[in-house]
Amino acid sequence: MSIFEYNGSALVAMVGKNCFAIASDRRLGVQLQTIATDFQRISKIHDKLFIGLSGLATDAQTLYETNTITSGYQRLVFRHKLYQLREERDMKPETFASLVSAILYEKRFGPYFCQPVIAGLGDEDKPFICTMDSIGAKELAKDFVVAGTASESLYGACESMFKPDMEADELFETISQALLSSVDRDCLSGWGGHVYVVTPTEVKERILKGRMD
Amino acid sequence: MSKSTVDLPPKGGFSFDLCRRNDMLEKKGLKPQSFLKTGTTIVGLIFQDGVILGADTRATEGPIVADKNCEKIHYMAPNIYCCGAGTAADTEAVTVEAFENEKFVLYCRHGQLTAAITSLPYRSRIKSCYSTDTSEETSFQAEFHNFQLNYQGYVQAALVLGGVDVTGPHLHTIYPHGSTDSLPFATMGSGSLAAMSLFESKYKEGLTRDEGIKLVVEAICAGIFNDLGSGSNVDVCVITKGHKDYLRNHLLPNPRTYVNPNGFTFPKKTEVLLTKITPLKEKVEVIEGGDAMEE
Repeated sequence: MSIFEYNGSALVAMVGKNCFAIASDRRLGVQLQTIATDFQRISKIHDKLFIGLSGLATDAQTLYETNTITSGYQRLVFRHKLYQLREERDMKPETFASLVSAILYEKRFGPYFCQPVIAGLGDEDKPFICTMDSIGAKELAKDFVVAGTASESLYGACESMFKPDMEADELFETISQALLSSVDRDCLSGWGGHVYVVTPTEVKERILKGRMD
Repeated sequence: MSKSTVDLPPKGGFSFDLCRRNDMLEKKGLKPQSFLKTGTTIVGLIFQDGVILGADTRATEGPIVADKNCEKIHYMAPNIYCCGAGTAADTEAVTVEAFENEKFVLYCRHGQLTAAITSLPYRSRIKSCYSTDTSEETSFQAEFHNFQLNYQGYVQAALVLGGVDVTGPHLHTIYPHGSTDSLPFATMGSGSLAAMSLFESKYKEGLTRDEGIKLVVEAICAGIFNDLGSGSNVDVCVITKGHKDYLRNHLLPNPRTYVNPNGFTFPKKTEVLLTKITPLKEKVEVIEGGDAMEE
């Protein structure tokens, strides 16, 4: 087994017309045993920027560090807050992707076991999505990106279901169906889904019903 | 982490915090991970007025095609471009590091490409790895000797570097361990054998621009079709004195076929358990200027 398969995860992000969607499964497991069915893999950096961290859950949380005060210098939220204070603006998704890449590459020879998916709205609400391997090799895409143990089936589902320039509602249907059908072919991820659809005016967060086996 | 060390961000370089943990996991029988690689065919040749670089556009992760149209020809300076093969993160990092290497930048500014390149290979990597004071050449060199063994080849990047300077066109290959070659034509990556076979049979001195591009495209196509690690499209970069043409996706020999023009539609709505809608506020722009406030 690879350490990436220890907890199990499925992450996908898609680009629509002036909007994007990012979705994950909700399972946290220890190998084949399910520990939690409401696990959050996607976190908000600011209103129009989200990051999902697939792979080893402990590393994902260390990297993100949601709600503790003792966040170290390398933690993403901390770094973003520091940027906000210094620059008095939110980070652009491209900038944030470079930041995450640099943080991961710093640990080139002893990496975090995390594969991030980053999605955000940039200048003039242009959608941006990107994924990386665990040492920060950026992979920019115009259509969709995937990560996690279900990535292989997600590639297939997205490749056939995705079409360019979808509106928010259609984008939601597409990403949800791609996610749900993919996690059904992966033992280690599933138990419903968590989908964020972000347009310039609102963030829609939905929880999906999925198979529970 | 103790409180006292939290505050200051490090100055740069690698961090080895997690190595022991990761080694432990590996010893417990967990498989080591695979990184994003650029399976790659990259080539370069010198023609009558300059240099032509070429690359395929496939990135792989194990047997999975991770990116069907990635960019492997990196910008280094207005007159220098560089193709990278190997672990994707390393090729990216090595080319970015070159900007931070003052020797490289200095040589580039003076148009001495050969010197710039020989300053590049492992020295720049070690330097930034340990963020020693670069003005202290002796302490740096001591450090370099101590650690070079650790790094030689571990930063897995094989490069084909080409450019035109005051002395004319140059083409160099840089191996992961730091050695360099200067050649009239070169290939690297997993498709290098297929590409080299074309160069060896068809390359001659004084090729014209069109002949050069054609040969580069043929060589890359040989890699694309004969090496499974390489695929998709052909990128070409032509550098001549004072001018360059970056021909991104110059040839698309593998377009996607059988796409349903109507796309995929879903007759039934996805079952949603909970919806939360957060409206986003317009950011208020503060325009500075106008009358200064009274004291």
